[in-house]
Amino acid sequence: MTPFTTLTSIAIPLLRDNVDTDTIIPSREMRSTGRTGLAAGLFAPWRYLDVDSRLPDPDFPINDPRAAGAQILLGGDNFGCGSSREHAVWALAEWGINAVIAASFAPIFKANCLRNGLLPIEFPPAAFAWRELSIDLAAQTVNGHHFAIDPETKTMLLEGLDVIALTLQSHAVIDAWEAADRKARPWVYLEPHA
Amino acid sequence: MATLVEKIWNAHRAAATSSGADVIAIDRIFLHERTGAAALKSMAAAGRPVRDPARVFVGMDHIVDTRPGRSDQTLMPGGQSFITETREAARAAGLTIFDVTDRDQGIAHVISPELGIVLPGCTLVAPDSHTCTQGAFGSLAWGIGSSEAEHAMVTGTLRLSRPKTMRIRLDGRLSVGVTAKDLALALLARFGAAGGAGHAVEYTGSAVAALDLDARMTLCNMATEFAAFTGIIAPDEAAFAALAGRRYAPQVFDSPYWQSLYSDPDAAFNAELSFDASSVAPMVSWGTSPEHSIAVTATVPQGPARALEYIGLAPGTPIAGTPIDVAFIGSCTNSRLSDLRRAATLLQGRHIAPGIRRALVVPGSSAVKRAAEAEGLHHIFATAGFEWRESGCSLCFYAGGEGFSPGSRTISSTNRNFEGRQGPGIRTHIASPETVAASAIAGVIADPRNVSGALT
Ligand code: SF4
Repeated sequence: MTPFTTLTSIAIPLLRDNVDTDTIIPSREMRSTGRTGLAAGLFAPWRYLDVDSRLPDPDFPINDPRAAGAQILLGGDNFGCGSSREHAVWALAEWGINAVIAASFAPIFKANCLRNGLLPIEFPPAAFAWRELSIDLAAQTVNGHHFAIDPETKTMLLEGLDVIALTLQSHAVIDAWEAADRKARPWVYLEPHA
Repeated sequence: MATLVEKIWNAHRAAATSSGADVIAIDRIFLHERTGAAALKSMAAAGRPVRDPARVFVGMDHIVDTRPGRSDQTLMPGGQSFITETREAARAAGLTIFDVTDRDQGIAHVISPELGIVLPGCTLVAPDSHTCTQGAFGSLAWGIGSSEAEHAMVTGTLRLSRPKTMRIRLDGRLSVGVTAKDLALALLARFGAAGGAGHAVEYTGSAVAALDLDARMTLCNMATEFAAFTGIIAPDEAAFAALAGRRYAPQVFDSPYWQSLYSDPDAAFNAELSFDASSVAPMVSWGTSPEHSIAVTATVPQGPARALEYIGLAPGTPIAGTPIDVAFIGSCTNSRLSDLRRAATLLQGRHIAPGIRRALVVPGSSAVKRAAEAEGLHHIFATAGFEWRESGCSLCFYAGGEGFSPGSRTISSTNRNFEGRQGPGIRTHIASPETVAASAIAGVIADPRNVSGALT
């Protein structure tokens, strides 16, 4: 995962509440079992006047000329609600978004962002529309305003850690815990099937 | 002095991280064919095996064909590769698969309790947001993404900070014709789709204790619509009895751990809400978020313009009487045997209105389908004009391929009424199976309490 340290970019406003992952990337745009090829389907129902011909809706914010090359998206309350599909984050990242600033996030979407080096910032977004923003993760600031972030996820993002590799380093501790748990809760552990 | 969630959490804390999060042991993992292959292939490419394949289960539910005589072929273009690639990767990893034509096939959240995979006090994760359904059995069960699914499979754990806790106390008796679905929609209408704010929500109170396990699953199912981390209900004798002796469950639940699974009377929650269940009427959604829900007797409110425009209704219009094109009974919210029985009670001896272009019943599992057929429910549905399908997620969501005709207005026993959720331009009204059945008979959104003699 690429480390996230600082980011300066124009912020694209999508100031609607309850933007759901079905809209961020509709199921019918998830055409392969891979993680790529999703950017064209990002916000397909809103971004195109006609989804099949990909005719852009000029009124949709990411089609605005100011959005070209922008890496920050602004959202309303409960951003990323709905389906757990990580494709929503992969689609945003593939299009070029590296941080989302929203009033609040749905929990699974937020966790998915963190596993892909995309920074979710909970902060009132309204004043940031189309402004150039500077995010400093180490200092936890957006244009000087402080934002909160869980220390664990901050470290993950700053260092761009491979979380699985990190946890595997603790395998001895996990193995010891499991050995004790097998005695305490034997019913959890199932026989390997033939 | 601990909440139920804290007790389960503490029993699974395998390690702590340097920055203060926990490494939580995961007891059960469920995958499905829509995203399973992506996670398994990525692990295989990285040379990372599944730590304990015996505790990873794979369902085929999201895009499988639900028409009779199905195979791996899907109506969704290219869907077959999701099924075959997930099957191949799961077989290679030694996982247990409930395959397309198996007796045990069904929606993951429906078959997991049928087979005793979910257990009270266990941790269970799946790359599906409605994993919270299984909190009905006192399990800490939550939805994750693909990357976390890989982490859980490879390490047997997830790294996360303990979610904040919320208690929602639901007292009072539900009126006749009012169900757990209406309760869930009433909570969303009252507290909003962000009301759960990432908390692990424990539902308590006399109204919850009075629900059977199917109904508790319906209530917990919509915790994700509430932006909760998950929903959970402390297991009682009914929950233990529902699971004891199932294929993957113990014969008896007799250890002290099982008996400790409740919130201590003096336990502190981060947030508390309470709600009078006796005040709830049959509910129906009017807009494009589950929080856009009202009593079926109410009028469309002055909501967000975008939602009103999409749904094509004017504020002040009574929601009852809105003509509908399609009726759908199914999904992990409302497709268990008791749901089908209640809908059939209303449909018995009646027929869908001439204006209804399509009506479908899709059982939540193949076992539900067999049990319903043994009772003759399929005849009631067929005589009433409903298609009777094989089990799966079906038209709960639109994956391309099979769909309703553009612009259709559906009354649906599902959980999401987002723009386009059931297909481009489809207008979805979510409601209980009773309300779907009553509306199908009337041809317009209708109050199930007005179907004479059907509800007691
Ligand atoms: S029935 Fe619908 S909500 Fe439930 S798992 Fe399937 S697609 Fe998701």
